[in-house]
Amino acid sequence: MTNTNKQLLLGNKAVARGLYEAGVCFISSYPGTPSTEVTEEAVKYDDIYCEWAPNEKVAMEAAFGACLAGRRSFCAQKHVGLNVAADPLYTMSYTGVNAGMVICVADDAGMHSSQNEQDSRHHAIAAKVPMLEPSDSAEALEFTKTAYQISEQFDTPVLLKMCTRVAHSQSLAPIGERTVPDRPYEKNIGKYVMMPGNAKRRHPIVEERTRLLTAYAETTPLNRVEMGGTEIGIITASTSYQYVKEVFGDTVSILKLGMANPLPVDLIRSFAAKVDKLYVVEELDPIIENHVRALGIPVTGKEILPLVDEFSQNLIAEAFGQKKESAYSIADAIPARPPVMCAGCPHRGLFYTLKKNKCTVLGDIGCYTLGAVPPLGAIEMTLCMGASIGALHGFNKVRGSESEGKTVAVIGDSTFMHSGMTGLANVAYNQSNSTIIIVDNSITGMTGHQQNPTTGYNIKGDPAGKIDLEALCRAMGFERVSVVDPYDLEECDRVLKQELAAPAPSVIISRRPCALLKYVRHNPPLRVNTDKCVGCKSCMRVGCPAISIRNGKAHIDNTLCVGCNVCSQLCHFGALEDSGKEA
Amino acid sequence: METKNIMIVGVGGQGSLLASKLLGHLLLSQGYDVKVSEVHGMSQRGGSVVTYVRYGDQVHSPIIDRGEADFIVSFEILEAARWLSYLKKDGQIVTNTQMIDPMPVITGAAEYPQDLEAKLKASGARVDALDCLKLAEEAGSSKAVNIVLLGRLSHYFDLPEDAWMASLEANVPPKFLAMNKKAFALGRDY
Repeated sequence: MTNTNKQLLLGNKAVARGLYEAGVCFISSYPGTPSTEVTEEAVKYDDIYCEWAPNEKVAMEAAFGACLAGRRSFCAQKHVGLNVAADPLYTMSYTGVNAGMVICVADDAGMHSSQNEQDSRHHAIAAKVPMLEPSDSAEALEFTKTAYQISEQFDTPVLLKMCTRVAHSQSLAPIGERTVPDRPYEKNIGKYVMMPGNAKRRHPIVEERTRLLTAYAETTPLNRVEMGGTEIGIITASTSYQYVKEVFGDTVSILKLGMANPLPVDLIRSFAAKVDKLYVVEELDPIIENHVRALGIPVTGKEILPLVDEFSQNLIAEAFGQKKESAYSIADAIPARPPVMCAGCPHRGLFYTLKKNKCTVLGDIGCYTLGAVPPLGAIEMTLCMGASIGALHGFNKVRGSESEGKTVAVIGDSTFMHSGMTGLANVAYNQSNSTIIIVDNSITGMTGHQQNPTTGYNIKGDPAGKIDLEALCRAMGFERVSVVDPYDLEECDRVLKQELAAPAPSVIISRRPCALLKYVRHNPPLRVNTDKCVGCKSCMRVGCPAISIRNGKAHIDNTLCVGCNVCSQLCHFGALEDSGKEA
Repeated sequence: METKNIMIVGVGGQGSLLASKLLGHLLLSQGYDVKVSEVHGMSQRGGSVVTYVRYGDQVHSPIIDRGEADFIVSFEILEAARWLSYLKKDGQIVTNTQMIDPMPVITGAAEYPQDLEAKLKASGARVDALDCLKLAEEAGSSKAVNIVLLGRLSHYFDLPEDAWMASLEANVPPKFLAMNKKAFALGRDY
């Protein structure tokens, strides 16, 4: 076997390569696992303009503007990001495009890094736009390019659906050349101004387009039949196809659907007619299955396969009655190893202070969501991007003085830019006595360090516009805006008490850069003075992964400790000392 | 050739992504079809992480399931125990003996199991356990645990040493190359 001209590419990197080859000129995205690397890889091509937008809605609108102006454009987001961008999406379905536009949405079955497990195919159906669904990196690259052809041929935005196992798996993909199409911009009010009169004329065009796309789905090579044994026929897609191939090889027949919307009709009927028993193997919701049932074809799917979590080859083998056993085991209970805030994480000191003050904390989406896990256990609600502030307002409005003095919202800098500002406007406008804490670690942390409008740098790391959080909050009507260093527990405690007691809405900015940022200089690791340490475990209350108890005394892992000194402020015996040696 | 499976397990932040990158590069250079599946995002924050490397004539699934791993390469011994059920009959574990307490152990909600190396061996599994942190420090950096492990893994592969070195050269910065080569040799010759 030769691998000439093929590269081992991460699925997301293959999409980026496809964007390059398709001549895409403009990309605007908001980071979100598992979609982030598409944009991070695309920015490495100098020929493509890339940016991080404040949120997915803005990103999609920017990409729409670029395609309207006549250049192929793109935006990427995770599944829940598409909810934020659903508003432009559903009407872009009506306007169609000028140059091609593709929207990548990455689902996270198994919730490796997400707050829900929604199936994005519902958005494609509801917005009436085509959706392609690759099953490995080669398809990710090829389908990306095909998506632009479909977009321009059928005058529609096209969704490209990734999932964690396709986005974050590397497999071989062939590399091609870049060609850049260019379309002139032409004024067309009837097509691009979606007011009722125009939209009424566009809607039938959308329905006709779906009919034409269904005809396309019958014959496109995106959907393919692999005939094998005919006792069992399986309709499948995405990563599920790979598991089916792994389990059954050529012993069954497979209809592999690369186009998730619209689904073919005749192709499915003819495939079903060739096999004795028909199955659908798809992760999450029974979308293909329900389509097959609606055609009146007997089929088995979710009777034997789960609606929840991601699939694997063993899961499918067992659903089809094959037994899978482990060869080895040990009797000991293996303690779980959940993710934790890093040693030196600036969020730790703040959450310790909130817990100490017995605050009710409404949280948000980011690394700081880990403030909910033991031993901090400080966060009591996390819903979606920006919800902390919106919910705090409602909570305080109905509970009044009972909650105002002890309830806070905690939101990160990037999440605040994404959708916290509108919640803040509501607090300022409708006047709840709410205390909002912006944990400003000067980066979008959890998705792996992306710049945002508060950092002063763009996606390439070059200087960019910088939004001043203090000035912004004041301009929105907050007279009480204070800044604290979360490494300073005394200051955090004092300011928190003061702002909770104040009879006016307030913002506390807890500011210190993420400890993992390369430019952050750390102190030498602390050292335990075992003569002074009495093993009281006070230092363990902050849940730092660098601290454990060995032989009844505190022990500091000097490969992890960054000398933030949060723990030493909790020690009543002065047992945690500067080691004085360089890290 | 039947598809072969290597699982790389450890604690987020230990450098398993470089190990899988290097293995992917190596196996590709030998003409195999290769798939590598990684974990990004929240689990990387000090959680249990797993990377799957599969190679053969044609690889379908990107992941490795229970009872399928020919090799489990573990950066931390509790993680070797956690993923033991993924080992294939007669598969090989190559593990660092380093112990990193997970948060439930730190908070006292759970205990770190004792004598894991002996228990893993008693399960009947083939276990090659070595103190990679010590060897990495001997090579010049505690960060080279991943390369020490790969050096040890290379011992079980019938591949020319040149091929391993070429992958090392292609994936580590030149200024760390000598140190990493030493780490590799210390693992291989352990």
